[in-house]
Amino acid sequence: MDTLSVIWFLLITVLLAVYVVLDGFDFGVGILSLFRKEENDKRIYMNSIGPVWDGNEVWLLAGGGSIFAAFPLVYATAFSGFYLAIYLLLLALFLRAVSFEFRSKSDNPTYRKIWDISFGIGSLLPALLLGVAFGNILRGLPINENKVFTGSFFELLNPYAILIGLLSLSAFTMHGAIYLTHKTDGELKDVNEKIATKLWMVVTLLYLVATIATLFVSPFLFVGLTKNIIFWVLFIALLASVAMIPVSLKAKNNKNAFIFSSVMLASMFGISAVSLFPRLIPSVTNLDYSLTIMNTASSTGTLTAMLIIALLGMPFVAVYTIWIYRIFRGKTVLTKESY
Amino acid sequence: MDVELLSRIQFAVTIGFHFLFPPISIGLALMLTVVEYLGWKKNDEEYIRLGKFFSKILAITFAVGVASGLVMVLQFGTNWARYSAFVGDVFGAPLAAEAVFAFFLESTFLGLYLFGRNKVSKGVHWFSILMVFVGSMISAFFIIVANSWQQTPAGFGIQNLTTGALLDQNTINQMIQSGKGFDPATHRAVLTDFFAALFNASTLPRYFHTVLAAFITGAFALTGVSAYLVLKNKSLEVAKKGVNLGVIFGFIFSVLQLFPVGHEHARQVAHTQPEKFAATQGLYSSETGAPIMIFAYPVNNPPPELKAKIEIPGMLSWLAFGDFNAKIKGLNEFPPENIPPLWMTFVSYHNMVALGMFFILITLLGVIQLKRKKLFESKKLLKVFIWSVPLPVIACQFGWAAAEVGRQPWIVYGLLRTKDAFTTTVSATEVWISFILFTIIYIIMTVAYLWLIFKEVKHGPETPELINEVKEVTA
Repeated sequence: MDTLSVIWFLLITVLLAVYVVLDGFDFGVGILSLFRKEENDKRIYMNSIGPVWDGNEVWLLAGGGSIFAAFPLVYATAFSGFYLAIYLLLLALFLRAVSFEFRSKSDNPTYRKIWDISFGIGSLLPALLLGVAFGNILRGLPINENKVFTGSFFELLNPYAILIGLLSLSAFTMHGAIYLTHKTDGELKDVNEKIATKLWMVVTLLYLVATIATLFVSPFLFVGLTKNIIFWVLFIALLASVAMIPVSLKAKNNKNAFIFSSVMLASMFGISAVSLFPRLIPSVTNLDYSLTIMNTASSTGTLTAMLIIALLGMPFVAVYTIWIYRIFRGKTVLTKESY
Repeated sequence: MDVELLSRIQFAVTIGFHFLFPPISIGLALMLTVVEYLGWKKNDEEYIRLGKFFSKILAITFAVGVASGLVMVLQFGTNWARYSAFVGDVFGAPLAAEAVFAFFLESTFLGLYLFGRNKVSKGVHWFSILMVFVGSMISAFFIIVANSWQQTPAGFGIQNLTTGALLDQNTINQMIQSGKGFDPATHRAVLTDFFAALFNASTLPRYFHTVLAAFITGAFALTGVSAYLVLKNKSLEVAKKGVNLGVIFGFIFSVLQLFPVGHEHARQVAHTQPEKFAATQGLYSSETGAPIMIFAYPVNNPPPELKAKIEIPGMLSWLAFGDFNAKIKGLNEFPPENIPPLWMTFVSYHNMVALGMFFILITLLGVIQLKRKKLFESKKLLKVFIWSVPLPVIACQFGWAAAEVGRQPWIVYGLLRTKDAFTTTVSATEVWISFILFTIIYIIMTVAYLWLIFKEVKHGPETPELINEVKEVTA
């Protein structure tokens, strides 16, 4: 196995894990805004992620772009295989993206209602669809010996994938609620603490059910897993964060609760990635037809060039992203510049 | 309609819609970098108000641009899977660089620019719009690299997918000579020389041409919108500063676009893609001392010809090869299956050039009137500026169409035919669904975008009292 492709598998996992953590709370906030009636509450929700959501979405572009670049065959097979699902996802992200700018530009209640729904549905659909898509990857896709997807859109809506979709939906919503406990005050804070605690139970339960289901649906994911040190690190991180979320919420330590829910999401995603390795998309037709880092990787030259670019650029990205989060830290306050 | 045609139409609509916005964002980001700098350094309230006003237009434009850009990126995987598999290795590094160096920069700093005015110092706030501009310029660079590589591929090898071996250069040349193109099921392009691929023959000419077009778009938006405010007598002093800046920058950019930038780009096309060059110039048969067409109407019925010609003899030969008598290959010298659609290439190219000439003329008049201190008395000229706001965007669309249609029938010039690049595993029904869905979305978005921009423009810049009020609220 080529070291460079292993490194890129790792880097893409990190990129997508960061995406899940960052856009995860954006989605959660969007979904939760659907349940708020008051204009002021809706604005606070929207503005709590206003300055950062765009930067957060870039991690998806970076992750998707890296798959295109490092494993072009995976990109070509998965994205054409998920055709309608991808367009549904794009539609949702499109509506969410413009709803921020569009909503605030008129006071007309019907007009605002349209963009409220766009914002909410534009957050809910991706939260669900990303899980369904990932569920299909864990389950394996019908891929033939020529690395061509042979299934259809409706096969993607199988019970296992929907279970993973519900898991991602509830996990993102919990994550968003915890984010809001950190960004709001008073009644909104209390409401979200309650929602977060309830959803924490739902997520934990669904994760247990999903793990058991995976044992039956994709037993190959568990082969050799317990011998992998990275798995154990992530597993302990997952257990610790799951245990600490309700404790932190109860202690009103919202910042810690948010850190733990970030760790929880990242380690859940990380464990799935470790169990997939070295496959990127298993084939249900025949496990030997799976798309792996060996049979889909770009040339050594390209992987090296990309690695140099990533090592040069990503430290800066990390520094200024953290810096800007710090500038916008604290409770969300509405001003004239707000959406 | 079959999947290929549908995918092509969907691609054209998606890129056409997306490419309405980046030129405006890049151009406005540059103009705002200048305006905010003047506001900060001169501590001039009017420039600050001008900046605040245009930042709202930038925000709306940027949002639609990002949203439609995501569709562009994923579309390569969904509808052009065979293309993605063929070029993935070459595009990997430039795309990674675009994400790492540009996307994060522009998106993250735009948040700071739009929401941080009262949270950070004036210098840091100016730095945030500068970073948005720099990010958008880097982004433009890498996407132009990818596109230019499709036009003039360099720094690559061709790998046989079954054996994993690279073909030797002679075999590649023979294959290019044969004009068949490679089959993406058996071959793919791999990167062999990063910098040769990055700076392929058309990268720099196309990059300068494209970003200057964006700068012109930004300058015209600044001029036209400010001219509207002047005529409506809204925030007059603020608006006048906008017109002044816009006219001067618009003139400089328009002139540079003709010479040297546009000229060099056309020369490069003449040397590297003779079929495309012949199609843009309407040169159907080879000529020594080829004329340049000022105006003509192309008729496609075979043999193709130009009607109602106005031409300058020998000029094209001189411009392209520095010799009035140089021979330029006409389309009849190329195999019919390798030449691009004539009508669209010719008409798009010439409309772009005509608009470019108009930009020089109108901004020259503006500069002259400005010098005579009579710009704000010439109501008619100001009105022309208002109506000219969308013209650079239209010129961009024409230019892009000429570049892309002129490359046909290739998706990667000489290497991969468009007919071998689309996704075959997707059904026509699926493409119909996505195509109709997104066409509706694009129409709604265009209407909503224009409505919002008109609303913002009619509202005009904030009055000084309001700005102070905000400062007190946040203090």
